[in-house]
Parts: sequence; structure tokens; C-alpha cells
Amino acid sequence: MASLITCPHCGRRPKEEFSIRGDAVPERPTPVASEEAWHAYVYLRENPRGTIREYWHHAAGCRRWLVVERDNVTHEVYAVTDARDLAKGGAA
Amino acid sequence: MRYSALSILRQALSGNRGWKPAWREPEPKPHYDVVIVGGGGHGLSTAYYLAKEFGIKNIAVLEKGYIGSGNVGRNTTIVRSNYLLEGNIPFYEFSLKLWEGLEADLNYNAMVSQRGVMMLAHSDGQRDAFARRGNAMRMHGVDAELLDREDLQKMMPYLNYDHARFPIKAGLLQKRGGTARHDAVAWGYARGADSHGVDIIQHCEVTAIRRDEKGRVTGVETSKGFIGCNKLALATAGHSSETARMADLRLPIETHVLQAFVSEGIKPVIDNVIVYGGGHFYISQSDKGGLVFGADIDYYSSYAQRGNLAIVESTMEEGVSLIPGLSRLRVLRSWGGVMDMSMDGSPIIDRTPIENLYLNAGWCYGGFKATPASGFCFAHLIAKNEPHHVARALRLDRFERGYAVDEAGKGPQPNIH
Repeated sequence: MASLITCPHCGRRPKEEFSIRGDAVPERPTPVASEEAWHAYVYLRENPRGTIREYWHHAAGCRRWLVVERDNVTHEVYAVTDARDLAKGGAA
Repeated sequence: MRYSALSILRQALSGNRGWKPAWREPEPKPHYDVVIVGGGGHGLSTAYYLAKEFGIKNIAVLEKGYIGSGNVGRNTTIVRSNYLLEGNIPFYEFSLKLWEGLEADLNYNAMVSQRGVMMLAHSDGQRDAFARRGNAMRMHGVDAELLDREDLQKMMPYLNYDHARFPIKAGLLQKRGGTARHDAVAWGYARGADSHGVDIIQHCEVTAIRRDEKGRVTGVETSKGFIGCNKLALATAGHSSETARMADLRLPIETHVLQAFVSEGIKPVIDNVIVYGGGHFYISQSDKGGLVFGADIDYYSSYAQRGNLAIVESTMEEGVSLIPGLSRLRVLRSWGGVMDMSMDGSPIIDRTPIENLYLNAGWCYGGFKATPASGFCFAHLIAKNEPHHVARALRLDRFERGYAVDEAGKGPQPNIH
């Protein structure tokens, strides 16, 4: 894993400042969605070998939620975006 | 060839020229009754028990690399059954009983050593939790002893008992737990399976799963061509999501890397397996003298069989905090293995929604100790199409039904199980 993550707010920071939530691809269903939809959201994962997107929290920095796009074999980091910007339609 | 003191003597007298390879290297046949994907400990033990206990003879094990190259050769070799939950204890105890008879059964020295597994408690609350766990074990007929600080000081004088933050309060000992030589387990099962006619095909990567118009599995495409089968069994923990994807299945699994370490060899000092309860650290001493130890996974999803330095540092810190003398040692090697981290920290041995497809996955970092029972129960499932009674809780659909087996009570967060 890369040792440095470029936070869009704080610049290049050691990765130990971040806390990792997990897969950023599943989208939270509405409260009234079916049990199948909730099961898939909470438990099922694509878990691909290659490029993935994850939620990282800059816990010891700006405390913003970020989306890190990276390769889980080479450990190369492609993009780090503020999660809110991404949700509003920004590029990863 | 049967191994015995007599065979060693006979070979010694004839210059050791008569030893045969422990298993054949056959070319794949066009069709098998059962094809097992994954020649790790679990795949090989599945093949062995299918052939020996369940009477199925026409079996192939397909391995992408070579036997022993994956997690069966990358773990810290601990065997134990000191679990808390109903869904886990009988399964791991069944496994430990198989370990106890394994070498005689396989006619192979797997160096199973029941040296005892000691889990240390560092607070009153943790001691109470261990008392509860020990009672749960005893109610299932598993051995457990709660030892106090004075007992421990006699057994393990080198621990840091008066640590300011994590003083040692008590220990839960399972005397029947211990270690086994991990490569020998893989080799022993491979030899055993081969002697029952199982074809072990190394360097054969499965690239696709072939299904008929009704969706039933009929075989696999591999780097050595198409191989047909009546039943297909996946035992590819670490890469289960990738193999299951070939059959359009999504699993409750994330892949993570776990590191392990070994020190330079020293004279015997650590008699047991010691598990540090102040953090997450476990250590034992191999017969060669090296201290073998490990700690947490690296927290981020990874398919790379190498870890990062932050975990190296925290592992060493935990070790030195528990055993101050460790600071005088040098670490010889470290390595990583990739794990199927499931959503409740427990494994899956089950049928799948796809006909003829069986799944053995989600071993987190507890797969090695489970090797015999995993193979036995998976073989039972494949042969009889119904789960073995000790593996009934380990179903694929348990999350959907609300019956997660969450030993640590951490919820659906695979990187902290």
C-alpha cells in the first residue's frame, strides 16, 4: 500500500492518519427498500482483484470522508476525492 | 509406499535410492465426478476425505500454482478449538479431534504438537469474558482451564506481568491446542489423496466455469483445456470472490492481507502458543527455534501477498510490550497471505444457488486449524448433498436469514474481524 495519500484538503499525508470504512460502490437503499436490497447492500461485495473504490475517513486530519480509487494488487492510488463532491457528481 | 522406521532403515541401507515422489503428476482426464478448484489445505483435505470416507474415486484437484504455495504455507501454524459460539465450537472441536489422529491416518509426520494455547486476559472484564468462553467450551466437552496470575508466572516467567496499561490478570489455557507443521499438512493430504487415486493437477488455472442451458455447472475451462465434472467444488479462500464471479455469484467477502513473521532461531524458550489479549498478537516457537508470530490484518482490501510497514511496527510493539526480551531478537523473515474476510468472521461451507456448484470460503485468518474438519465437512456436503451436522451453521444464506455467526461481535465490517 502506498504510504502517502493525497487528501484533497490537507495534501500528502501518511496513510496511518486515515481510517478505512470499506467498499464505496454499494449505494444505501431507501428505508422502505426490499430485504433483498438491504441484504445486498450490507453484506454482498464485488470484491474485484484490480481497481477498487473505498471510503476512507481522514480521522487524524480534516475529518472529511474521502473516496480513494486504487489498485488492490499493485497498491497504486489513482484518485482521492471528497465523498460529498463525488456524490454531487464530481469526477473520481 | 508406507513410511515407517523400517522403511527408513531399509532405504538407509540401500543408499536412499528407492524413495518415490509423494504424489503423481498426472495429465487431466476429460471428465471427473468431482473437480475441486484450489490445491490448498482445504481442497486437498476435501479430496482426501471424499475418496477415503465417502467412496468417491474419480476426483481431480486443480491448483493454479504448486501444492503449498498459498495460505497453507503462509500461516502461523496454530491449531485450537477455544471458540465461544454454538455454531463454531463443535466444528473446531471436530477439527482438533481429526488433528489428534491425523498423522496415524495419513501415515505422515505433520509434527502436530499439543503444546497448549494460552490466551491472556489483561483486565477483570476480560477475565470474566474468558471464564464465560471457557465454560462454553466445557459445556461442549472441550478442555479449558482458567489460570490465575501466579500459575502463569510459574509457566511463563518472561512475560511482562506489571505492564502499566495491560497487566496480566489471568489466562485461559486449552492444553490440547498447539501447532502443526503447515507444509507437511499440505504434503500429507496431497500424498493421502493421491494414494486414493485423486489426480492432483498443479499449474492448472481455472479461467471459466461452463454451465448448460439450465444453468447447471458442467465443467471448467482451464489453462490445460476443458475439464468436465458432475460436481464442482470451490476451495479458493483468498480469491473466492474471483472464482465465484465466474459463476455470477456475489459473496459476503472482502479480500485482505495478513502478515506473519519469524525471528532468528534461538534455544527453546516459549513452550506454548501465547495469545496477547491487550491487543491482537500471537506467538509460538518452531522446532527449528524461530519465534513465529503475527497480529492484525492490514485493514485495507488487498490481493497482494505482501503487507505494509505500519502493521510490522505495531506487531513488534505488541510483542515487545508482552515479552520485553523480544527486543533483543532480530526478525528473519516476514510475508503476507491474502484472506477471504467474511462479513461475520466465520467461514462458509455450503451449496450455492447454482446446481452442482459447492462453496468452501470465508476462512478469515482461522483457516489452518480448520483444515481437517473443513475438508471432512465439505466432502460430506459434496457426497451427500446435505451439510455435516457440525457445519450446519456455516451456511451461505445465514446473513440473509439473520443467523450470522459473529464470534467477535463486530458486525458486517470485514476489515475488523
